[in-house]
Parts: sequence; structure tokens; C-alpha cells
Amino acid sequence: MRERLLSGFDPFVLPFMIGMCFVLLYCLVAFVRLMGQLSRKERRRFFRSLFIPKNIARNVRDIFCDCLLHVKLWKRNPRLGYMHSSIAFGWFMIILLGHIETFLFVPHRAGLFYYPIFFRYFMVMEGTELKGSLLFFLMDFFLAVILSGIALAVYKRIHRAFFGMRRTTRLSLIDLIGLYSLWAIFPLRWIAEGFTANVAGGSFMTIPINWLLRSFMSNPENITAAWWAYSIALGTFMCVLPYSRYMHIPAEMILIPMRNAGLKVRAARRGFALVQIKSCPGCGVCIDACPMGLAGKKNSMDASAYLARQIRRNNQKNYRDIADKCLMCGKCKAVCQVQFDSISVRRLIREAVPYKLAHDYSYLSSYVESGAVSAENPVEVLYYAGCMSAQTPVIPRSVQRLLDTANISYKLMDPDGSICCGRPLILAGRSSQARELIRSNTRIIHSSGCKILIVSCPICYRMFREEYKLKGVQVLHYTEYFDMLIKEGRLAVRQGEERIAYHDPCELGRGCGIYNAPRRALSAAGSLVPVPKEKVESICCGGSLGSLTLSYQERSRIAVGSLKNLTANGPDLVVTACPLCLKTLADASDSTPVKDFAQVLCEHT
Amino acid sequence: MIITDFGYCLAPSNAVKVDKTTDWRFEKLCALESDVLKCIGCGSCTAVCSAGHFSQMNLRQCILSLSRGQWEKSVRSLSRCMLCGKCLMVCPRGINTRHLILSICRIYCPGEGGSNA
Ligand code: SF4
Ligand code: SF4
Ligand code: SF4
Ligand code: SF4
Repeated sequence: MRERLLSGFDPFVLPFMIGMCFVLLYCLVAFVRLMGQLSRKERRRFFRSLFIPKNIARNVRDIFCDCLLHVKLWKRNPRLGYMHSSIAFGWFMIILLGHIETFLFVPHRAGLFYYPIFFRYFMVMEGTELKGSLLFFLMDFFLAVILSGIALAVYKRIHRAFFGMRRTTRLSLIDLIGLYSLWAIFPLRWIAEGFTANVAGGSFMTIPINWLLRSFMSNPENITAAWWAYSIALGTFMCVLPYSRYMHIPAEMILIPMRNAGLKVRAARRGFALVQIKSCPGCGVCIDACPMGLAGKKNSMDASAYLARQIRRNNQKNYRDIADKCLMCGKCKAVCQVQFDSISVRRLIREAVPYKLAHDYSYLSSYVESGAVSAENPVEVLYYAGCMSAQTPVIPRSVQRLLDTANISYKLMDPDGSICCGRPLILAGRSSQARELIRSNTRIIHSSGCKILIVSCPICYRMFREEYKLKGVQVLHYTEYFDMLIKEGRLAVRQGEERIAYHDPCELGRGCGIYNAPRRALSAAGSLVPVPKEKVESICCGGSLGSLTLSYQERSRIAVGSLKNLTANGPDLVVTACPLCLKTLADASDSTPVKDFAQVLCEHT
Repeated sequence: MIITDFGYCLAPSNAVKVDKTTDWRFEKLCALESDVLKCIGCGSCTAVCSAGHFSQMNLRQCILSLSRGQWEKSVRSLSRCMLCGKCLMVCPRGINTRHLILSICRIYCPGEGGSNA
């Protein structure tokens, strides 16, 4: 192969070059600003991790699997996975092969950005050589892969159920411009390369196009027109990229090393959070996953995809509204391909809301000093029912009966009224207030001299695990504790006939990763029936204290939807292990009884 | 409003003072959390309140006072709330009590004076 144009330049490359330089400049500035937003420690940690071999390997693997192959989406739905990865991976391969071609045939042009992209325009083929035709074949092959992906993407706009999606992200104008220019790039490239295929070579895709085009368009002017169109499509795409969801392409390259360096979200719209927000491509997986969608069509506009968008747009009113609504169930993060930590972002947004009335917990000290739990006759086990369980007396009653049956000597931490664990405050973005409750509860727990703290509320449980530093005290959820007692043979449970559907409370399941202990214990009492969406995919009951603004009606609709999922396989009984889920689901159910975990065990002893 | 004198009249209410209830704060509160208008004053929230166990926290009374425009004394009690959500679980009207409390804390500030701004 040799060059066709000695100058190695044609004005049509200008739109592409303008777009390319703009994107590079934008990314450079954004990167510098981002580094400025990180704390010194974070920065050091980030740069250091870039030189640790294990981290480098992880980064490369993650970039390959997440950004190019979209493994997570493949697992979710193969068609969706193919659509995304064919475009991403195919494009990557075309760029890579373009560079290889340039290096092989015209190494002195390798410094020009546009050369690998418009390679076929500048080259002319002399005879056939093997490596040339292999590259031509690969180029055409990946072009075909991308085109198939784009055909699927177009089809997805019409029929998303084909991709296992009920709802997709509603696009803004700039996203649409980006989308249409992206769709246009590859067909235009096909035509442009088709025009030059007889001179510069081609393969199974471009040569037939060449025959077709030459049969009715013999004017060589058409060639440049086609290449102009291709370059303009590329240029448009790159110019809108920083302002559209396609910013996720460069952002993910930073996100992955940052995540592997172990950075955490510390500010709602700066630093690591900003990278996560920019990395959201608006794939829309979280929209279907979000239980708020069950409350109504307009509630699906509160999903994480839209939170990211409103923050990108800097629309304070909208992102505050969205942040306040969320149930903090954590499902969107669990399904998200970029692991957008929307929960922390939402919490931090809530934290920034100003309050005029300051809190006053002066009563705490007298409560702690009054000796809420007597220090005399210290016992090993302390049971904290918590505020919520106080509203569902069946839970503390059953727990106590089970403890008695198993001959455990225990004490109650809150026999008559307790102070809250503090998690509701943290979820509402008032963590400094929560600290006061944490301090008081910690003192009470330590003064009791217990070794094991049992809690029946998953909200408290997560709080004790994550925010309290209870040295020498093991915190257990009652499902874990009773599972242990059954396993050790200290608690005998009679096998029954009931078919049980178990509901994973958000804070216990996704929050603390406890899925199996309650299932194991329950299967000693009845037979578990599978639930279509369970474990990580379980649907929030709607009662969550995480949401600040969801109305009662919206919550009820979520509860009905969640219950529908639980009763899909016709169980005799729905069982859960959270007082709030119990109350919410029981209110929503009119046929299947809803019971608590301890209550069911109690009935079988 | 002109009320024709029929020779008898309604006893003046000592609960509802129209000019006071149209306090801008209460209007703002209704805009933030319209549930406040749904309260029937049943007192369930107060009965179960965790903070009420230790202090003078009384949500029912506070809502009532706010709707009457008498907020200086009552809002201060809300500073004891731990947002635990017990009241949310029991309210027969399905009022989003936690958001109501947060909204009140955002708008009202004791010591700011009670006049209409
Ligand atoms: S937040 Fe995650 S799941 Fe939701 S649209 Fe963005 S990338 Fe997709
Ligand atoms: S945490 Fe749950 S409720 Fe909130 S946006 Fe995510 S999926 Fe929806
Ligand atoms: S949320 Fe506040 S007002 Fe309601 S029960 Fe708890 S402490 Fe009382
Ligand atoms: S429980 Fe509900 S309706 Fe009853 S007083 Fe409290 S807020 Fe009002």
C-alpha cells in the first residue's frame, strides 16, 4: 500500500479534528479540576495505586470487562449486553486496527490523529498482500458488528421489551443529538469506505457497496462528499460529548482506577462522586429496578439515572427533590454497571439542606445516667428491640419466647421505651445529631456488660454494624442468632407444612449481605418457595424510612407491587424479618398472611 | 366580609384566628408538606413518640398550634425528635410525619418573632 495524497491532508478532516481537540482539551481541564477536588490523601492514594502491579491488572481487566465488553449487562440481558458491547468493543477494535494499519504502512503519519480514522481515503492499494487483506477483513468484520449493534439500538427505541426493559431513560435534546450522530457515524463510514474500496481496498462489507455505488454514481466528487459527511458526524458527536451522557466514555476510564484505589464518596457533587455521575451512561437499568417505579409512572423519574442527570445539569431544586424521595433501598447501586453510589450522594445532598430549628437532646444524659439497663448480674446476651419493633409487639414477644425456650439468659435493653439507634437521622442527612444518639447507646450497651447484642430491626442492625464501635460486643440480627441456635441444636424447631415466601428486607439483604441465615432457619419450619425477584433483586416494601417525601399513597402502591412479587408462586405465608416490612406488607396484603420470622419459629417450637 | 345582622351570630371561635393562620410560614409549610392539613388530632403520634417518653415532645399539639398560628412555644418541642418514625407507623391519616417535622424545622425558627413577614 502507498499514500494516494502526498500532502497527507484534506480539508474534510477538519470537523473531526475540531471535535477531537475539543474533547481532549475538555477532558484535560476536567481532569485537572477533578484532581483539585480530591483531598491530598485521596490524590496520593489514587496516584500510588496507578503504580501497584496488582491494581494495574485490575484496572485493565475492569476497563476491558466493564467499558468494552459490558459483562454486567450481558448477565442482565444478553441482547442488551450485545447491543452495548458490540458498539463499544467494535469501535475500540476499529480504532485499534486503524492505528495498526497506520503503523504498518505509513509509520511517518502515525502522529496525525486523523490518519488512522480516515486511513482508506489517503491510501491506495498496489496488488494484494496477505496482511493487508487480513486487516481489511477485520475492519469490515468489526464494522459489521457495530452496525448490528446500532440496528439493535434503533430497534430498542421502538420495542424495548425485546431487551428485557420496561422503561428506558428519557433523553434530553443534547443526548438525542449525540445519539443520532453516533448512529450516523458508522453507516456513513460504511458508505465512505465503500466509495474508496476499489482504490484503497476493502472486504466483504465495503466491496459490495463499492459495486453498488459505482453502478449509478460514477462522479468522483461523491467520494469527498461521503467522507465529509462521515467526518462531520464524528465532529458533531465529539462536540456534544462533554455535555451529553456520552461523557461516560472518558469518565469511566478515570472511574475504574479511582474505584480500585478504594476512594469513597465524600461530597455530593465533587471528586469521586462527580466521576461516578459523569460515568452514568443512562443505560436505564436502574429505572426498571427502582421500586419507586411501582408507585406510578412519574415516580420512575426519581431513579438514579435522573439524579445523575440533574446533578450534571446543576439543577439544585430537581436533584434535591429526587434525593429526598428515594427509599434508599440500594437496589439501583446493586444493578448499576458503574456502581454509582447514589445512596451516599443522596445522603450528602440531604445533609446540605439548612434547618432553622436546632436539635436538643439534653434528655439523653439523664436517660443514660438513670441506668437504662442495670449493671447488676451481667448476662451475655442483650436484646434491643428498637423503636420499630415496639410498634409490632409480636416481634419482641416472639423473640423473648424463643430465647426462653432455648434457655438463654438475657436482658432487655429497652423494656419500656428506648432512644433511637440513629440510622433514621443519618438517612435524613443529619448525621451530627445521630452521633449523640450513638454515644448514648454505646454507653448503655457497654454498661450492661453484654457480649452479644441481638437486634430485631435491620435498620438498627446495620447502624450498629457500620456506625458504632462496640468493642468486645458481637452484634447479631435475630435471624443470624436463631439460625445459629438451631444449628447448634439449642433451639428445636418442628418442621411444618407451610409454603413460605421470604422477603429480604433491604437493610438486611443488600445492606448487610444477610440472605442465607433467615432462609436456613425458615426451612427448618416450613418449605421455602422461590420468589421471582429475591436476594439482591428483592423489591423494597415501600415502608422504608429512607424516603423523606414519598406519600402514603405512593408507599402503598409500592407495597402492593412488592407483595405481588412475593406471592407470585402462591405461598401460604409471606415471612419477613423487619418490623417495618412486616407492618407495611401486612397492611397491603388482603389474602396471604404476612408474619415475622421469629413469630413463625415460635409457632414451630 | 359583610355579615348581615340576623339578630344572632356565630360565637367567635377561639381556635381559628384567620389572620393568624394565614401566617406565611404555615403557607410555606403547606406547600412543602400538604399532609399537615390532614391531621385529625388523634394523638397517636404523641402516644407512641420515643422522644415524648423523655421530654415534652408533642407532635399533635404542635400541628394544632401551627394551624392556629401559635407556633412560638410549640415548635421548640420538635427539637427533641429523633426521626425514629414510630409516629409514621401509627398515624391513621397516613401523614408523612417525619417529613412534616423536617419541614417545620426548615421553616420555623423560635425567637424569630411571630409577625407576618
Ligand atoms: S445509574 Fe447505573 S444503572 Fe442507572 S442509568 Fe446510570 S449506569 Fe445505568
Ligand atoms: S435506592 Fe432504591 S428507591 Fe432509591 S433510587 Fe435506588 S432503587 Fe430507587
Ligand atoms: S419520629 Fe420524632 S415525633 Fe415521631 S415518634 Fe419518633 S421521635 Fe417522636
Ligand atoms: S397520628 Fe397523625 S392524625 Fe393523629 S395527631 Fe398525629 S399526625 Fe395527626
